[in-house]
Amino acid sequence: MATKAYQRTYTKLQAITKATVSLDAEGVANDELAIVDGRLAQVVKTKDKRVTLQVFSGTEGIPTNSEVSFFGEPPTLKVSEQLSGRFFDAYGNPRDGGPEVEGEPREAGGPSVNPYKRRQPSELIPTGIAGIDLNNTLVSGQKIPFFADPDQPYNKVMAEVALRADVDKIILGGMGLSNDDYLFFRQAFEGAGALDKIVSFVNTTEEPPVERLLIPDMALTAAEYFAVDKNEKVLVLLTDMTLYADALSIVSNRMDQIPSKDSMPGSLYSDLAKIYEKAVQLPDGGSITIIAVTTLNDGDITHAIPDNTGYITEGQLFLRADSDTGCVIVDPFRSLSRLKQLVQGKKTREDHSQVMNAGVRLYADAQNAKTKLQNGFDLSDYDLRCLDYAKDYARELLSIDVNISINEMLDTAWRLFAKYFSPAETGIKQSLIDKYWKKAD
Amino acid sequence: MATKGKVTGIVSNLVTVKVDGPVGENELCHINLGGTMLLAEVIKVTGQNASVQVFESTRGLKNGDEVTFLGRMLEASLGPGLLSGVYDGLQNDLTTMQGVFLKRGEYTDPLDHEKLWMFTPLVEPGARVSAADWLGEVMEEWLPHKIMVPFNFSGEYTVKSIAPAGDYNIDATIAVLMDAEGVEKNVTMCQKWPVKVAIKGYKEKPRPSKIMETGVRIIDTFNPIAEGGTGFIPGPFGCGKTVLQHAIAKQGEADIVVMAACGERANEVVEIFTEYPELIDPHTGRKLMERTVIICNTSNMPVAAREASVYTAMTICEYYRAMGYRCLLLADSTSRWAQALREMSNRMEELPGQDAFPVDLSAIISNFYARAGQVVLNNGKTGAVTFIGTVSPAGGNLKEPVTESTKKAARCFYALEQNRADQKRYPAVNPVESYSKYLEYPEIQEYLQATVEKGWIDKVLEAKNLVRRGKEMAEQINILGDDGVPMSYHEAYWKSELIDFAFLQQDAFDAVDAVCPMERQKFMLDLILGICRKDFGFEDYEVCRSWFKEVINTLRQMNYSEFHSESFENYFSTLNQQLSQYGN
Repeated sequence: MATKAYQRTYTKLQAITKATVSLDAEGVANDELAIVDGRLAQVVKTKDKRVTLQVFSGTEGIPTNSEVSFFGEPPTLKVSEQLSGRFFDAYGNPRDGGPEVEGEPREAGGPSVNPYKRRQPSELIPTGIAGIDLNNTLVSGQKIPFFADPDQPYNKVMAEVALRADVDKIILGGMGLSNDDYLFFRQAFEGAGALDKIVSFVNTTEEPPVERLLIPDMALTAAEYFAVDKNEKVLVLLTDMTLYADALSIVSNRMDQIPSKDSMPGSLYSDLAKIYEKAVQLPDGGSITIIAVTTLNDGDITHAIPDNTGYITEGQLFLRADSDTGCVIVDPFRSLSRLKQLVQGKKTREDHSQVMNAGVRLYADAQNAKTKLQNGFDLSDYDLRCLDYAKDYARELLSIDVNISINEMLDTAWRLFAKYFSPAETGIKQSLIDKYWKKAD
Repeated sequence: MATKGKVTGIVSNLVTVKVDGPVGENELCHINLGGTMLLAEVIKVTGQNASVQVFESTRGLKNGDEVTFLGRMLEASLGPGLLSGVYDGLQNDLTTMQGVFLKRGEYTDPLDHEKLWMFTPLVEPGARVSAADWLGEVMEEWLPHKIMVPFNFSGEYTVKSIAPAGDYNIDATIAVLMDAEGVEKNVTMCQKWPVKVAIKGYKEKPRPSKIMETGVRIIDTFNPIAEGGTGFIPGPFGCGKTVLQHAIAKQGEADIVVMAACGERANEVVEIFTEYPELIDPHTGRKLMERTVIICNTSNMPVAAREASVYTAMTICEYYRAMGYRCLLLADSTSRWAQALREMSNRMEELPGQDAFPVDLSAIISNFYARAGQVVLNNGKTGAVTFIGTVSPAGGNLKEPVTESTKKAARCFYALEQNRADQKRYPAVNPVESYSKYLEYPEIQEYLQATVEKGWIDKVLEAKNLVRRGKEMAEQINILGDDGVPMSYHEAYWKSELIDFAFLQQDAFDAVDAVCPMERQKFMLDLILGICRKDFGFEDYEVCRSWFKEVINTLRQMNYSEFHSESFENYFSTLNQQLSQYGN
């Protein structure tokens, strides 16, 4: 975001809060950018002559006689093939020591796709993780977050998913990443030799929180360039959206807006939807898929951030530690991919949906048996078999360490069914039993 | 001379305008942003200052930009050609827009002004007519579309002339009407109506007296919705709100279905575009798309237009109701509409009500629900608008303002429950807490006794009571353990499970089970109640459990088979064998 030659400059601030400054200025456009005392800011409110700007890096040390100059345009990102393989900050400036990107400036946070011009998502995105591919299959054009407590290895899982997915570009939007996590992503991408298809926009915890508000728009502007102009399949990773929402609440608070549930701004739903709805399957083959992370507080999904997210996204992937096996698993009960039926059995083997349902149902029976055991009731033979099955199922299929093809996942499931159950106990359609049932080993 | 103004303040999509003349509440205006006209609506006036909500992004707007007031409210264009349409919240035709992205200030006409329609007059010159009376009709694909005296014509008119049968476009004058003073007015096939005002022009609005069949057992039998009735579906995300609503849209016994996708996922609307042109309406055999109108203002589209979308959808329903049709309006989700109201109220710095929603939320919701209903038209024919809205309560907690306000306005309550959804008991409608007030209407009771059978209501209440008792027993068994309760508890519990699994649960993705006509619902309920009325006297709860599980499985197989088909009858005889083992 280079500064323009022609600028209007003011030198008298009328009000300063921790996130905003106000001044009297003429001819200022809503959403346009400005530099306040050398820091980037954006117009969020005008009233008569009074203009309020949100200063992305915070207002610490800004004096009332600061120089304010307006750009006359909203945030833009210069797009071209040169974006590939690069790491940027929230403003789109290189943070990897490389040169500035040259290209056509594109407005960030631009218009939405006409819903009538969208296509129904239909392409499978395999990840190798059975908890995802088998039970919660991802589809290109989908938007889905990981719901995870802060101690879960969500960034690691997300990096793995991204590197295994068959996509043309991976765009990382990192909001409030710790420096360690930022370096982890860099090393993971470099180590996989995939750097040329990665574009990263990262705001670390060392940088001001309000800057985070720019990250999703920047990442998605780059994504739209590759998906719309180049017809590429783009995967966008956004981590951590909870920190993004926290930044929203900081700004709305400083602007004296009345908070709604959990101190979040009343517009949280629309703000998040504007980001997530950029996920799209385009008519000419390009697509944007969004995988995000929403960190939870002790698994609480009723908090405003995960709650609003759940209403917007097409499912969620719930990570939790399994105490029986010590693995981190993709919880089969609380996870959901709303688009899975668009590919299961169509792009995968015919037995996919029946095997998935049987596997989860038997795992649910094991949970019931566990409850019975904890309450001191006697267990039947079926209960005991369920408990043994659940351990194998968690270790061999639900664990995030698994990396196998979907056919291997299905075969594994059939092997476990045969090991512990009779065909009738699985409740699978007879024609599939005849074809796939395996002898116990 | 139109009132003009200048922009004096901008916060997001709330803009204040200093005006030089009179402005009306809800009047529309155009804000000139460098040649692009942004549409906005007045929501508050204080002295010379009007607060307007802009239906587009205000990025780049400046103080001092010019505003022109249009002297009218937000209107819907009504005329032949609406069916199968795909519109945004302001009724712009999404199918004729250029480019992949929505462009600001691009407004497309909802109706085709070139297309010719075959017009047939229904009145003679000299006839006395008033607003909403039928003057003629055109065939809108399969539907005889009445051309009416415009709704805003007050008083009585005499038909001076009427066009002869022939092909006309919607702007052609098809009738000339003369009022009492002898003033002549031309009538075309297209009229405009402000969406926030209810269309009247009917003789009376009686209480609903018929059931609207949906083919969903837990609705039709347990909590039926009336034709012209109102209902709502609250539920946390992932409980199957959208699946249930789509099932009602596909199977509901209505002539016209309007789907308002209000602030929801775009891919859900894409599903409708993709599938409805292929799917068949079970009542008429025509393609579903032919009876459907989609109003689509997805969550990423401008917030103010989201609010408009439900009103636009309702206006289209009322228009077809005035032609004597049964319309079904589905709005997903009314919570997003309430949130749009909250965002504006917040920006106007109004004192907030509960959860920061505007204090008049409850009144706005009940006003809207009141626009549904069955009506008797001036010519004695009837029409109806049935309205079902979904509500997305924050955190799945039903004690929040939108759910509570809607509960006061809607007569049917279909509570989706997380617990049932987790157990994959779909539709996840809670059978105990959900209700239909229509079951208490004498008109509806009479209708059910006459169309289903005498004593039907008693059977429904009996089944409901069995479910309630079973739930109580389940709690006892959980506390005291299988051995700690008498056998009768187990039996009562399993009878309720039988009703749940074999009747209340229904597979929306199975071609046969998805639609269950009333006749079949009666057959199954009789069968199941017959079992529940028996006293089995099992000696052991394990035996009780496994026997009921077998019976449930057989009944479910029956649900998956065509009614009275060979496999259906085979399962039926299996059931009779199972029944002969126990009980008396």
